Amino acid sequence: MHGLAAAYYLAANHGITDVAVLDKSYIGSGGSGRNTAIVRSNYLTPEGVAFYDRSVKLYEALSATLNFNVMFSQHGHMTLAHNDSSLRTMRWRAEVNKLQGIESEVIDEREVNRLVPQLDVSPHARYPILGALYHAPGGIIRHDAVVWGYARGADAAGVHIHQNTEVTGIDVSRGKVTGVVTNRGRIATGTVLNATAGWSSTVADLAGVPLPIETFPLQAAVTEPVRPFLHTVIVSGSLHVYVSQTDRGELVFGASVDPFGSYSTRGSLEFIEGLAGHVLELMPSLSKMRLLRQWAGLCDMTPDFSPIMGFTPVDGFLVDVGWGTYGFKAGPVSGEAMAECIATARTPAIIDAFGLDRFEAGELVGEKGAASVGH
Amino acid sequence: MILLPCPWCGPRNVGEFRYVGETVSRPDPAATTPEEWRRYLYMRRNPRGMLREGWYHTMGCRRYVTVDRDTATNAAGGQP
Repeated sequence: MHGLAAAYYLAANHGITDVAVLDKSYIGSGGSGRNTAIVRSNYLTPEGVAFYDRSVKLYEALSATLNFNVMFSQHGHMTLAHNDSSLRTMRWRAEVNKLQGIESEVIDEREVNRLVPQLDVSPHARYPILGALYHAPGGIIRHDAVVWGYARGADAAGVHIHQNTEVTGIDVSRGKVTGVVTNRGRIATGTVLNATAGWSSTVADLAGVPLPIETFPLQAAVTEPVRPFLHTVIVSGSLHVYVSQTDRGELVFGASVDPFGSYSTRGSLEFIEGLAGHVLELMPSLSKMRLLRQWAGLCDMTPDFSPIMGFTPVDGFLVDVGWGTYGFKAGPVSGEAMAECIATARTPAIIDAFGLDRFEAGELVGEKGAASVGH
Repeated sequence: MILLPCPWCGPRNVGEFRYVGETVSRPDPAATTPEEWRRYLYMRRNPRGMLREGWYHTMGCRRYVTVDRDTATNAAGGQP
């Protein structure tokens, strides 16, 4: 989706239409179709907050912009606090958010209970709920529709989209990109954008650019559909779980990344047992719900949980990688920023802090507001 | 089930281990530059395929072990 969004904004904002989007499978087959479709902007660093706030604003207008219903439902986003220290971090997060003009507040367990009566707020729970960080503009979206909307918009503007086209080589001559080799032929170009999430390292290797990235699977699961009852996204950092109900009525459960790196997207029984247990800690009334399926997506984790965007030591090879657990939320704004980066050959201010050179310079941007990161 | 070969305990379930990560060579702290040191800290090969990596056998012998694992299939040390 990042690649399609960048192509769309190159055409829409900058009039550049000689663009090809290459996908080794079908569009939306990777992280874009495997995430849990949660959108929010209540991150912790000022850089992160500014960035995601822009993304939420783009998402709010996206159905109109693309003339394609992406079914963005801003029904609120709640991060639960199970102990005093996470409550303290949430107050900190709420203040950082408010300073940047973002709706975000700490609520107590009575308010949590009023918003979601199914949550067990009794003090006897194994992980008692003391309060929550409530972020009203957060919500869920139909992730496939976002992919298709950008693809249709880009296609209509003249961008070529090649599915089932795997990049097998990147030609670099005297430190400058000259072309891309695929399993369906070669494309001569001076500019390549690597937006391949969990596969970032393998593609960057083709251009000879080392990345500070490790690929971890993140597993998720979905239940059978039931009548709508959950009108808020619920996140518990301590229990490493998030729950939301889709428009079709299914409950979607997500988690943090697996405990070890891998490119395998095979699900594990340990994961599903742990996840179900944690969901029942939060909402015991779900004990009779049946899981429909589980799956995994690949996350490109960076040492500071922040993305890597912009230019690299190889001229013409750009990256939009390192999105880890939250690339989907950032799709529109990173597409917009990368398009500007390519069109103007300058790094836009909004992504200035996210350059690849920050690792050698030792200027990391610690984003501890990332998905299900405990504090 | 994913099995890791522990040289002391034999093949054991991956859940008994804590992941340490890709094996990287540490430059001499006295002779290195800050840039080289940070490359050692952060840069990773992250291959899709065979990877030499460290694990800690938390629920077994509590020793650090080195494992060769295929990151595409999770097959380690000759195990299917």
